[in-house]
Amino acid sequence: MDLFSKRKYLIIGLFSLVSLIIVIRLFYIQVIDSSYKISAASNVLRREINYPARGVIFDRNGKLLVYNQAAYDVLITPKELKSFDTLSFCHLVGVDKSELINEINKAKSYSRFKPFPIIKQLSSQMYAVLQEQLFKYPGFFIQARTLRQYPSKIAAHVLGYVGEVDQKIIDGNPYYENGDYIGRSGIERAYEDQLRGVKGISYKMVDVHQIVKGSFENGRLDTAAVIGKNLVSTLNADLQAYGERLLSGKVGSIVAIEPSTGEILVLASSPSFDPGLFVGRERSKNYAKLLSDPYKPMLNRAITSSYPPGSTFKLANALIGLQDGLLQSVRYSCAGKGSSPIKCTHNHETPLPLISAIRESCNSFFWQSFKSEINHYATPADGLDAFRKSLLEMGLGKKIGGDLFSETSGSVPSVAYYNKYYGAGGWNSLTIRSLSIGQGELLVTPLQLSNMVSLIANRGYYISPHLVRGIQQNNVALDTLHFEKHVFAAGASNYEMIVDGMEQVVEKGTGRTTAKLDSLTVCGKTGTIQNPHGEAHSAFVAFSPKINPKIAIAVYIENGVWGAKYAAPIASLIIEKYLKGKIASNRQHFEDAMINSDLISTMNIEHGD
Amino acid sequence: MKKSNSIWFNLDWITVLLYLILVFLGWINIYAAVYSDEHQSILDIGQKYGKQLIWIFAGIFLAIMVLTIDSRFFTAFAYHIYGITILLLVAVLFLGKEVNGARAWFEFGGIALQPAELGKFATNLALAKCISQFDFKIQKIRSYIVLVGIILVPALLIILQNDTGSALVFAVFVFVFFREGMNGMVLFWGFSAAALFILALLLDQFDLTIFLLIISLAAYGVLRQSVKEPMIGLGVIIGTFLTIWGIDSMAGLGGTPMQLILITTGINAILLMAYGIFKHVAEVWRIILFFVFAVCISVSVNYFYSHVMEPHQRDRIDQVLGRKVDKLGKGYNVNQSKIAIGSGGFIGKGFLKGTQTKYNFVPEQSTDFIFCTVGEEWGFVGATTVVGLFLLLLIRLVNVAERQRSQFSRIYGYGVACILFFHIAINVSMTIGLAPVIGIPLPFFSYGGSSLWAFTILLFIFLRLDASRTKNLR
Repeated sequence: MDLFSKRKYLIIGLFSLVSLIIVIRLFYIQVIDSSYKISAASNVLRREINYPARGVIFDRNGKLLVYNQAAYDVLITPKELKSFDTLSFCHLVGVDKSELINEINKAKSYSRFKPFPIIKQLSSQMYAVLQEQLFKYPGFFIQARTLRQYPSKIAAHVLGYVGEVDQKIIDGNPYYENGDYIGRSGIERAYEDQLRGVKGISYKMVDVHQIVKGSFENGRLDTAAVIGKNLVSTLNADLQAYGERLLSGKVGSIVAIEPSTGEILVLASSPSFDPGLFVGRERSKNYAKLLSDPYKPMLNRAITSSYPPGSTFKLANALIGLQDGLLQSVRYSCAGKGSSPIKCTHNHETPLPLISAIRESCNSFFWQSFKSEINHYATPADGLDAFRKSLLEMGLGKKIGGDLFSETSGSVPSVAYYNKYYGAGGWNSLTIRSLSIGQGELLVTPLQLSNMVSLIANRGYYISPHLVRGIQQNNVALDTLHFEKHVFAAGASNYEMIVDGMEQVVEKGTGRTTAKLDSLTVCGKTGTIQNPHGEAHSAFVAFSPKINPKIAIAVYIENGVWGAKYAAPIASLIIEKYLKGKIASNRQHFEDAMINSDLISTMNIEHGD
Repeated sequence: MKKSNSIWFNLDWITVLLYLILVFLGWINIYAAVYSDEHQSILDIGQKYGKQLIWIFAGIFLAIMVLTIDSRFFTAFAYHIYGITILLLVAVLFLGKEVNGARAWFEFGGIALQPAELGKFATNLALAKCISQFDFKIQKIRSYIVLVGIILVPALLIILQNDTGSALVFAVFVFVFFREGMNGMVLFWGFSAAALFILALLLDQFDLTIFLLIISLAAYGVLRQSVKEPMIGLGVIIGTFLTIWGIDSMAGLGGTPMQLILITTGINAILLMAYGIFKHVAEVWRIILFFVFAVCISVSVNYFYSHVMEPHQRDRIDQVLGRKVDKLGKGYNVNQSKIAIGSGGFIGKGFLKGTQTKYNFVPEQSTDFIFCTVGEEWGFVGATTVVGLFLLLLIRLVNVAERQRSQFSRIYGYGVACILFFHIAINVSMTIGLAPVIGIPLPFFSYGGSSLWAFTILLFIFLRLDASRTKNLR
């Protein structure tokens, strides 16, 4: 009967063969292939980042300029989503249905199992409402973040803004990773390392629903977050706000420096914008709007625009002549409108000495002084070299900021520059005469002008202008910052001659009508800069008081017609406000005129770039 | 022992011991799979491991009950048990509770019963009864029809419940038939058809046709004991193909390669038939028949695949064949299961130290994917041990079956071994990506009373039969 009992071996063989195949496969995936161990770790390990609060920024008197406010991101884990009432959800968080669906699809294509932010920076009010309803939306959860807040909408350019890091930053610095925020401009950028603190990292074990089950290896690899440091800025918030008001309706900038310390009191650029526009969900929309504005409100003109300094440059010209001993007792004649090669626009005594020449802003005088400065050397090239070197020492045509982001250097033309156009030896002082009155190829920033006045106010030195005085850790212990001192030695009596000239400018010269204060001595200099594209630019530099100056200032108003028309009243109002606390009643009309004047709507916009 | 026919004396204690070990291992792995800090007591009956312990005791009680039944009961009532089971399988289609898209469960006050589980031992009993009849000759076509009928009725009813996995188990009885004398060629052709099935899905029609042509030529050579003839045939086929291809491209007819190869095949078939008729070569007909049959199968497989199968069934086949990789979608279960087992390493992470199964990355971690916990926490050593224990049990069952005097007991014993083998092989293979995900439990390991009891009854009926192995049962 049992013919087939041998077949038992075939069946046992089959059982054994299949078992062997299974064991070989087990050996392969458990012992040989290590990729499954890595996948297992990435399944259960979640790296959690604890973002520390970013440091806040105060003004010099302890007034808050920037602080933090909580905001909330809504994240989803696509795999855990259940169908939900999209309409009422959209209503809760204030987004379109199509936008929401779009974001959910984005999340799904990113990963079905990992959380993805679909709505960013929800306000506290919306969060409060949403939180109560959140149980209705499985798969949704909320992560807290902090946002920058600005109590007064001032100093947008100075403070800068904070934005998400891009790939370039991530590649360049291992600290940053996707989703981190970084200072993108201004103080936020320059002091990024101090403000950001150090983020903490902790490793958590999670289950398939991303629910934390415990720490990994008892937190052995975890690091604690370190809160960001606070900054005390050099700005005077009230004065800054006042400056910005005075600039309204105009394109231009104000830079005010405390001469003895190099601390920047006001750094205003107009048109400006509300720094809060760069925060929150409307950010990218606002950014695009500002970017397309023809007046370029995001441009910080005070440090990134360079202009010809015009007649304000005559102070530097004089300083070089005095240093060389050429101007102390000389008198040059002027033929007024008939002067050659540069005509003078003012009626005044002739011949005249340096102090009167400053007061009258006499072009003839400063052309002749420039000629003597250049010809003081063996060749015009040597003369220009020395002239240029002195200007750079004064802080003109180079970057001078101690902690400024995106400052431009401006330019003082070099010998090589003119050789290129006229050939070596093919030019002399006459060829480059427009330099003598601050026109032509010479370009400086309003900051450099203000710093030049600071040098004169200090009678021979300046401290690198800067925006931050000190750093606070945990709201205590002020860590004062120190900045470099630069000396331009030209002799104390020589400086006094220039100061006297500047005093006369305001007392009885070009600045007398709009810059003169009854209560204070203001030493200033006007500038009216020829502009081929429209009205001349208006510039004014000044410091006050004459003895022991507390403030040095430069104001530059594009298309401001002439120096005394806009720049001088603005500068004197700032000085008065700062040193006296209020504007004298007889000058109130200047304040109203400046605040209400509107040059922008009548301006020809040069479209381009 | 005085009485040699005492059940306890004759009981195969080796099998009982293996059974107890496996059930125990299953229980502690269920504990590990669903372990959480809040519920640490292994006896907590609010948790799956606590319940499983109750199922185990109930199962042991059932086993003792089975052992006390007279062995003649099973031979006498084999068909009745089969008939009642079929009725239950029909009834569940109308009265059953639907779980996960399968209408396969009766529920009586919290206790769920799955008639498909009964189907296995009922069918096994019926087959044993049928084959062991005096006048039954397995080689007859009529016998095959009866046997296939006994298998197909419950299998089809289970497919109607949407539980294809459990229905596939019934295919395993073919090994029992083989042991009982079924022509080995049936098994051979069955495997060949399965291989063709897989090739038909893997290769496109053109490659497959060329492959079948070459196989046919080779088979012809084997049948004719000749190398020369198939070589000439190959030359003729290539020549015909090149000629037709040349004509096609010269005339610019733009025929597809498939059309060209079909014309070539047709011409060669006519040539071959002419050769067969004139030279009186009988093998020609067998080869042509083989070729036509194979092409028909491959075409119908592709038709079945793309028109009859449900999308989720296609996806599972695609994943096993490696035609589609989708780690987050349909392939998620298998991928996570492989990660869990693969991360166990050589010696495993240790008892209760597994993270993948405990934190629910592996779905169904206490039922169909319980082997993941074994692999993750006990590593290669533990997984191999479990596979080894199962193999020991299977070999023991085959040996016990072989010592039976009665053919009925032997057939039933082989049936038990084969059913367990199918479950173990498919369940373990699917957790490591060797087989498609078919929702069938790992015997004695997977959580659930219904399946544990069904396997216990299946096994202990055999042990009861074995205890009276000296009798000739029919």
